[in-house]
Amino acid sequence: MNSLSYVSIMKEWDIVAARQMGRELSKQIGFGTVDQARITTAISELARNIYLYAGEGQICFEAIKTLDQKGILIIAKDNGPGIKDLSQVMEDGYSTSGGLGAGLPGVRRLMDEFDIETEVGKGTKISTKKWVR
Amino acid sequence: MDTKDLDARTYADLLSRYIETQDERALYGAEKISKSFIRKNILPEEIVNLHIQALLDIYPESRDQILPSMNFLLEAMISYGLAHQEYQMLREKQLEIKSEIQVAARMQKMLMQTEIPEIKGLDIGVISVPANQMNGDYHHFVKDKDGSISIAIADVIGKGVPAALAMSMIKYAMDSFPASRMSTSTILASLNRVVEQNVDPGMFITMFYAQYEPKTGKLHYSSAGHEPGFFFSKKKNRFIDIDAKGLVLGVNQNTTYSQSELLLEKEDMVILLTDGVTECQKDGKFIEREDIVEVIKKYMHLTSQEIVNRVYRHFERLQNFDLRDDFTLVIFKKVV
Ligand SMILES: Nc1ncnc2c1ncn2[C@@H]1O[C@H](COP(=O)(O)OP(=O)(O)OP(=O)(O)O)[C@@H](O)[C@H]1O
Ligand SMILES: [Mg+2]
Repeated sequence: MNSLSYVSIMKEWDIVAARQMGRELSKQIGFGTVDQARITTAISELARNIYLYAGEGQICFEAIKTLDQKGILIIAKDNGPGIKDLSQVMEDGYSTSGGLGAGLPGVRRLMDEFDIETEVGKGTKISTKKWVR
Repeated sequence: MDTKDLDARTYADLLSRYIETQDERALYGAEKISKSFIRKNILPEEIVNLHIQALLDIYPESRDQILPSMNFLLEAMISYGLAHQEYQMLREKQLEIKSEIQVAARMQKMLMQTEIPEIKGLDIGVISVPANQMNGDYHHFVKDKDGSISIAIADVIGKGVPAALAMSMIKYAMDSFPASRMSTSTILASLNRVVEQNVDPGMFITMFYAQYEPKTGKLHYSSAGHEPGFFFSKKKNRFIDIDAKGLVLGVNQNTTYSQSELLLEKEDMVILLTDGVTECQKDGKFIEREDIVEVIKKYMHLTSQEIVNRVYRHFERLQNFDLRDDFTLVIFKKVV
């Protein structure tokens, strides 16, 4: 697998493909079992949001490196409706699953870095990183 | 070695001991270590991972049997871990809000402070206890220059912070009334306009407003839908309701109020209260107003402050020390 790859999300089963690719890459990078599971769950959340709210989009993966750290970068992007009330969405207890701690706040917890760009009517791009401990 | 590794070692030791002996001591150890995990915010998926590592140490030859099923369990724990973190966040938030309310409650207490004035010939007692931290009941005393005293008791329909905010507003409205004495009906009519204009339409306030003239022994009063008080006539040895008609504050801008009068004689007594008193429950049923009278009778020989204290203690116990509504009771006795 090369260091830059992506999965297109169009149907529900694509979520599984994205999980699979993310898990394999994180294993290669050297993440332990627990972090592999966390990264995969984050990918699921992002991919499911694309599937549910944007209809279609992409999950891109990249192995990243600094002088003393290795990690993974995941980018979820779509040209869907965008997110209107971003600060509300990032608040705990807001997601429709309410009280399960999942959704975007969950992704932020599972990963080390989290950034979101979104414009109503244009789309959403979420970038998130995790470093090997 | 950091404490996480220490826990990992302890966990592995306990587990292998338990597998060997299956004794209760190891299980007791597991209970303790589980609490330590929670204290250190160790998430369930990490505990499953500890378990996997320990098992692989104990049964190295069963790696292929252990790993798939245990990894499956680990995966299944991830969302529990997230839910747990969210729960902890919300708990912290809740503590924050609680301490904010505590500060607000202290401020409110200071704002609402009213001293019981010294009036010759009148023995006054008051108790006001909020059900939660903030009090939605209000009472206040003002001694006028001519020696008379005004007494207000009010109740916001509702409890907690919104009720307390509404009450602070009422207090400021009353403080801003001109020093010269207005009739009790005029005061309620003006307050009604203030409430109607400034308070949420769904919020109502009831108030009983009275003025007492020590010189003549006359009590003038008006009520805005407030729980009727009691008048005890020593001569007739009877309690009667002080009932005055009037719409609650804040419903209609143009409400007017009537004013009535009572003549107090020596050892007569006036009791004002909020529905936190009348809506005390006993065995799941509201108490009757007669029940309150009975309790007051029992302590009538005491000073007014003693009476309100004892009555409160009586109902507090009746409610199993858990008030449902703010409780305010004012008693004054003509002693000369
Ligand atoms: N890619 C996206 N495009 C448009 N809207 C989105 C996108 N991702 C999320 N949203 C909006 O943000 C809200 C919050 O998303 P989040 O994933 O946090 O919770 P959820 O999907 O509602 O519930 P859960 O993920 O817990 O099942 C969604 O309800 C949706 O309205
Ligand atoms: Mg979602």
